[in-house]
Order: sequence, then structure tokens, then C-alpha cells
Amino acid sequence: MRNCYIHSAVSISAQNTFASEDFLLDVIAHNTKKTQAIYPNFKDFIAPIAARRMQTAVKMGVVTANKALQIAELNQPDAIITGTGMGCITDTEKFLNSIITNNEAYLTPTSFIQSTHNTVCAQIALGLKCNAFNNTYTHGNLSFESTLIDAQLLIQQQEAKHILVGGVDELGTEFVEYVQMMEAKESKGIKVPFSEGATFAVLSSEKKVNAIKLQAITTILEASKEEIILKLEAFLAVNDMDANSIDAIILGNNGDAYDAYYELTATSLFPHAVQIEYKHLIGEFHTASAFAFWLGTKVLQKQHIPKDVLKNSRQNKSIKTVLLYNQFKGKDHSFILLKTC
Amino acid sequence: MPNEPTNKDTAPRVAVTGMGIISAIGNSVQENMEALLASKSGIGSISKINTVHADQIRVGEVAFSNDELISQQQLSDDNNFTRTSLLGLFAAKEALKNAKITGINSYKTGLISSTTVGGMDKTEQHLKTFKTSSESQKYISSHHAGDSTKKIAKQLGITEFSTTISTACSSSTNAIMLGARLIKAGKLDRVIVGGTDALTKFTINGFKTLMILSDEVCTPFDEHRKGLNLGEGAAYLVLESETIAKKENKSIIAYISGYANTNDAFHQTATSENGQGAYLAMQKALDFAHLKPAQIDYINAHGTATPNNDLTESIAIKRVFGDDIPDFSSTKAYTGHTLAASGAVEAVFSILALQAQTVFPNLNFKSKINETGLTPTTEIKKKPINYVLSNSFGFGGNCSTLILSKE
Repeated sequence: MRNCYIHSAVSISAQNTFASEDFLLDVIAHNTKKTQAIYPNFKDFIAPIAARRMQTAVKMGVVTANKALQIAELNQPDAIITGTGMGCITDTEKFLNSIITNNEAYLTPTSFIQSTHNTVCAQIALGLKCNAFNNTYTHGNLSFESTLIDAQLLIQQQEAKHILVGGVDELGTEFVEYVQMMEAKESKGIKVPFSEGATFAVLSSEKKVNAIKLQAITTILEASKEEIILKLEAFLAVNDMDANSIDAIILGNNGDAYDAYYELTATSLFPHAVQIEYKHLIGEFHTASAFAFWLGTKVLQKQHIPKDVLKNSRQNKSIKTVLLYNQFKGKDHSFILLKTC
Repeated sequence: MPNEPTNKDTAPRVAVTGMGIISAIGNSVQENMEALLASKSGIGSISKINTVHADQIRVGEVAFSNDELISQQQLSDDNNFTRTSLLGLFAAKEALKNAKITGINSYKTGLISSTTVGGMDKTEQHLKTFKTSSESQKYISSHHAGDSTKKIAKQLGITEFSTTISTACSSSTNAIMLGARLIKAGKLDRVIVGGTDALTKFTINGFKTLMILSDEVCTPFDEHRKGLNLGEGAAYLVLESETIAKKENKSIIAYISGYANTNDAFHQTATSENGQGAYLAMQKALDFAHLKPAQIDYINAHGTATPNNDLTESIAIKRVFGDDIPDFSSTKAYTGHTLAASGAVEAVFSILALQAQTVFPNLNFKSKINETGLTPTTEIKKKPINYVLSNSFGFGGNCSTLILSKE
């Protein structure tokens, strides 16, 4: 069975992560309910004629994907796999509102065509003229995780060598308002802003200098806090590890009542590990955990933890193994293990 | 999922041990089979959605109303099941029953579903009352495409692994393919795979703006085809590792012998002139299955009856099969185009073709497409069928092909 290595990881987020070479050096504080990602100048990357039809998710996805390929020095991936929770929600809202407002008359196809969940993945393939395997997952907060599972499987089973994976979600305008309205009714709702972003990575069966290994990933639909502890221990055991082998954990705290999952996990299993959080910087959305994947990869490559994500006392020891844990409302749990090679 | 070591050469074969379906031609596998054998189309006037286009379109609606589906499945009154979820749950339950699975977690069992519209059927009814009506608000969380899968998983008691694929009209073929790959890799013992999509105003108007909806019952592969009929439905297969199916003395109804996923990489909605994506999908699926084109006994074509699809699919079929084109037909004139569900719907039909050793006729065909001159099978044809190839192509250039076999 082949190993799965990360050759590049690129992210557009509500921090300056795409254009800047700095590693979260000057972070932006977000005190709003919603926040857009920091966009690069899309015109520098996408031809105007193509960009005209693209909404934010497609633009972020295409640009991030291309940079991930460039860094990995890969022209044509053997597979392109995208995850998105809400898909192309802007065009979905646009077409839906045209139907309602005009009572099904005077409609144009563009927003419908661009509204399908596979638009980002399709536009990446189109730009590359890539006939290879092409898949899109849309499974709530496990959408990005599903791309990793698929990619790892393709590599392990020797069906592909170099794979472009990514998670992308755009904010949209209307639906997010309704989601936030419902969230506001919760006694302890999400505190970080609702947001958006795109993270793409090249995974490969080939080991490379400074490559990080995607050791394992697993997803759990629903579990109690106590069950999560047991499942996490079992996950580590399958990978010949225990809680002491984890140098750093990256947790998806968003300020809601379900942060209790992270707290119990951190205190009961990883009292000695470096604890990292990130959603206060980039917000919450269905594929926010893809940012943690980017962050984990960078921490391992740079052997440095930016101060704004570090949640407990700074540790000087080298970081060889990072565990990512994310969940949403006590559901859609995921564990991802990243290692230096 | 745990990372057990696997070896490609010793990977188990993927057996189909059950299937379930709900479509415009019936609410069970049996009813669908009877309609296919009787050449009975399910296409008619739209009755469950209030649309201004009602007189200009024909659709393949599932007979049951939401209320009927809710009461049959004994869901609570305050449920927030969308029609997509209701159809999906209905078909998935039949698939499990058909596979004689009672203890869902006696083996590592997953669910891979697919949808394009997700909860859109409810969203489009309630969007403007989300702010004010508590009755509407329960459908905010059911909009996203993963919702139907999660609801089905919960109802079936699946805890091991679940995900949702959305690659437009090839979605459920990709769900079947992922399920087969997970079994081959030893990551799951058993997996329920398929897709579900309800008819919505959103898709009716979307396809209407593209001017590819026919105002008559569709005529796949006919020179004078006017476009597609939208349909709704859901279908699921139960896939099991052959080793386990045999150990459990299961009756194996088919094998997943080959599959491939490619992208046409030509245009968001149109297909390339030489049908490159479709050609590659069929060719790679044949290569994967170690089959020669001549071994395919029947092609269940994508055949949506749009001018674009049927021409390029014909070209791609000719590129793969040369002068020796197998019997082929599109079953879209029975069910309409069920979008994400279509791949699984047609996988069920392909298995029925294997079981009945019958090619189901392509309805409403009169004249050959000038450029390609292919004639689909238009009468019930009994013959030995060992291998069926089924195509599913979608927006975004997504092309997938599945090969199902008897042995």
C-alpha cells in the first residue's frame, strides 16, 4: 500500500494567506458576524472573459488550485477532487430569486449553469484541459475530508499518482442570513464569523524533499464526547500511535456549545501537546477544516507556530506529528494525521 | 476508516446483493421491471409542482406524494424531510430489504449517496418565508446536498462511513464507483450506493432556459429529437465483498466489473465534438474490466434525447465499438432524466437486463441521426446478456461508465 504525500497546500482565507509569503504574521481581527475571504487580484490569474461568469467560489477555487499545481510543479494531475458544502450558492440564490421574482419568466441560463456543485471542479479541469478522474463531494462539514479519503484511496490502490484536492465555499448573500438567524437562537451559538475560503493541495504517491505525509484520515457521522475519545484512541492505535505520539493538535473551536468536544479531547488525551486553533481567524464554513489541513502542513514544514493560533504554552520541541480534529454541532467529526517524513 | 493493508491482485470482487428503486414507472424493482417489459413510459403532465411551464413540458413524476411517503415511512409530523430525502430513503430501504440485510452493523457498512438538487424542493417553496414562518424554518438546515444522505444514514442506522457526491448527471454512477473501490480496498465490507433527486422548479426552469426540454415524450437517438424530459426518483444498490456475500450465502444478482470516471474538459454544459470524455470513460471502463468491446452485450446509454448528448454519445460509442455496435437503448423515455439518480436508476435497469436476459427497447425512435446512423434496439429483445455497459454524463464535463456483469 502506497503512502500519500502532500506536495503543496495553498489557501485563500479571511487572512492574508494567498498572496503573502508570511506565515500568519500580521493577522486581521474579525469582529463582524460575517467576513469575506481576502481575495487576490483575480484578474492577474483568470482571463476576463472566463472570470465574467465566475462567482467567488469558482474564482477562489481555480486560482488556489492553479497555485497548488504550480508549487508542486505538476502540469496535469491524474485526478481532481473538490469538496464544497454549499456549492455555488451565489448563483443558486441568483437563479432561485429570478424564478420567484419573475414568476419563471425572463430567465437566462448562466447562473443555472454555474450553480451546480461540480462547477469548481469542472472549471479547473476545463482550464487545464484535463480529461482525468474528476469528482465533487458535498457532504456538509465532511466535504473536504471526503476528497482526502477518495484521493488517499486512489493513491493506495495505485489508480493515480498525483492528485489535486481542495475544499471551497463562498459566503453568498441570502442563505447565510437565514442560517445565522437560526444560529442566533441557540443559547451558546457560533461566536466566530461566518466566512468562506478555498484550500487546494497536491497529494502524491512520491516522496519529495520537505513533503508532509498524510498518514490517515477518518470521519464519524455522529458521536458523544465520550465515544469520540474512544474512537480517537482507536484511530491512533490503528496507526501504531498513542496520544503521546502527537506533538500538536489543531482544533476547530468556533465558540459554540460543542467546543466541549475539543476541550474534553484536549484535556483527557493531549495535555502535553501543542494546542492550535484557527477559526477565530478564518471563520466558520463547511470547508473551514481544509484551512486546518493547510495550517498543519505549514506548521510541519516551517517548524513554527504563529502566535495567533497557539492556544497553550509555547513548546520548543520539534513537531513531527499533527492531529487535526474538527466537528460541527457534535456531528461530522473528522480526524486527520499529518507527519513529517 | 482504518488503513488495513490491501493488495490489488487479491482484492475481492464487488457483488451486488440487492437493489431498490422508485421512479416514474414504479415504486419497487418489480414494478419498474414490469413497466420496462411492457414498454410502458412513465412520462406525463406535471401534477405536483405548480409551474407556468406545465403545458410545455412532460415529466417523469413519482406517483407517491410527500404525505404518502412520510406516512409509509412512519416519520414524525415535525420531520423536515425534503422530497429528495423521502425518495432516497424509500429506495434505500427496498435495497436493504432486497439484500436481506437485517443487522446493519454486523459488517462494516457505508452509505454513499448523491444528489444535485439536495433540499431545493423545499427551499424554493419556503425561501421567502424563512425569516417569518417557523414552519418554513425547519427547511433551512435541509437545503444542503449532504442533508438527504445524513437523514438516510440515520434512518438505516449506518454509522461507519457516509458521504455525498454531486457531479451533476453522473453523480450516482460515481457513488457506485466509490463504493466498489472502498470494498476492493477492504475499507468497507458492504456499502449502499446510489442517488436521489426530486423534481423542482429550479431544475425545470434551468433546463428550460437552456432550451433542452421537450414538450413531448422524449425520443432518444432520433434524428428529430427535441430535448429531454426531466424525471425524479431514487435508486440504490447494495454492494458487498464477494467473500462476505458467499460466506453469508447471499444470492448475488450482479457484479461490478468495470468503471471509469473522466472529464470532457470542453465546456460547462456542451460536449466536445468527438465525445472525448464519453469515449475515454467507456474505453477505460473496458480496460479496467479486462474486456474487449465485443464482449459487451448491451449498452444502457445516457441518451437524454438532447441534440447534443445523443449525437456525441453516438460518436463516442462508434469510436469505442467500431462497426460492431452492441444492442443499445436509452431508458430515459420511461423515467425521464432523473439527474443525480439516473446512473443508479440505470444500473438497476442494467441488472434487470442481466436477470431477464432482455434488452429493453428505446421508446419513440423513428429515424436515425444523419451524422452517425445508429439504430437503437426498439423492440423487446431476448438474448444471452453477460455484460452491460451503462453511461452517465453530466454538466461540467463529468463522464462516468459502469460495467455490470452476470458472473
